[in-house]
Amino acid sequence: MGFIGETIDSIKSIQIRQVLSQAVSLGMIVTSALIIWKALMCITGSESPVVVVLSGSMEPGFKRGDILFLHMSKDPIRAGEIVVFNVDGREIPIVHRVIKVHERQDTGEVDVLTKGDNNYGDDRLLYAQGQLWLQRHHIMGRAVGFLPYVGWVTIIMTEKPIIKYILIGALGLLVITSKD
Amino acid sequence: MHSFGYRLNVLLTQAVTLLALMCVIASLSDTLNVPSPSADVRVLHINWLHKQRNGNDEVSLTMNISADLRSTFTWNTKQVFVFLAAEYETEKNHLNQISLWDAIIPSKEQAKFSYHTINKYRFTDQGNNLRGQEYNLTLHWHVMPKTGKMFSDKVITTGYRLPETYV
Repeated sequence: MGFIGETIDSIKSIQIRQVLSQAVSLGMIVTSALIIWKALMCITGSESPVVVVLSGSMEPGFKRGDILFLHMSKDPIRAGEIVVFNVDGREIPIVHRVIKVHERQDTGEVDVLTKGDNNYGDDRLLYAQGQLWLQRHHIMGRAVGFLPYVGWVTIIMTEKPIIKYILIGALGLLVITSKD
Repeated sequence: MHSFGYRLNVLLTQAVTLLALMCVIASLSDTLNVPSPSADVRVLHINWLHKQRNGNDEVSLTMNISADLRSTFTWNTKQVFVFLAAEYETEKNHLNQISLWDAIIPSKEQAKFSYHTINKYRFTDQGNNLRGQEYNLTLHWHVMPKTGKMFSDKVITTGYRLPETYV
């Protein structure tokens, strides 16, 4: 019976309290990140308050890897604004500038045409087949702020997943081994 | 307590916080700039006004666009995007905004300009309401910063009118 007693003792010596407190602090980090993201969603009214620029179609204003802050207010959409929109049948949203607006007299519905600053022609080629205009429901938000380079972190992580796993592993190891 | 990992963590956190603070201050400093831009837009010639095959009216203009936007540039300005839009009201739409011309101004030295140009994008109506149509020409500019908040402003010139018949 001495053997079982020893095993239990050795398990007890792992210091359950310390393990628990590390688990809790890890959970706090994850949840606070989630809270910040959801709070941003509420404040900006946009389903993705921050987007990373993936293409060079808005150069030299926005380069690949730059970050845009979006805001989606009730204000009507006007020419010149940089909007983020989703086209039916395309997964990745596009960030381009509005060049034409037609707003209905009776219903207030809008027809919007966009173009990338660095593109030669307008976006009708990018829209769904036969689609001439974007409507309000296609638009996810308008860009209000800009931060350069930071988006490279996510671009690198999505294109080279190994780096992501190494990073997560290293961080996890740090959390587990740190005694403070 | 003062392990390598701990020090690295503090150093990184400090660096990122300071960088973020500097970006915020740089963006806030933009609001101190009170620009006094000027713009002058003239329609020199109506090249043609006709009905397209799909029934929409289209017009072609020759314009002279001159502006001095040097005062919109600050140390945090990457570029200014300037465009000219025709704006008018029809029975169907209470606002039509059609971008006719645009340009990217990369530096303060190039912010005083005068362009003699035809409309770069098609001036097409949704319908056939362009004959005798009154419209405004508005020069918009959007200041794109190196970091932080974007600004925009405009100068509206009113009282233009398209010809009563197709030409």
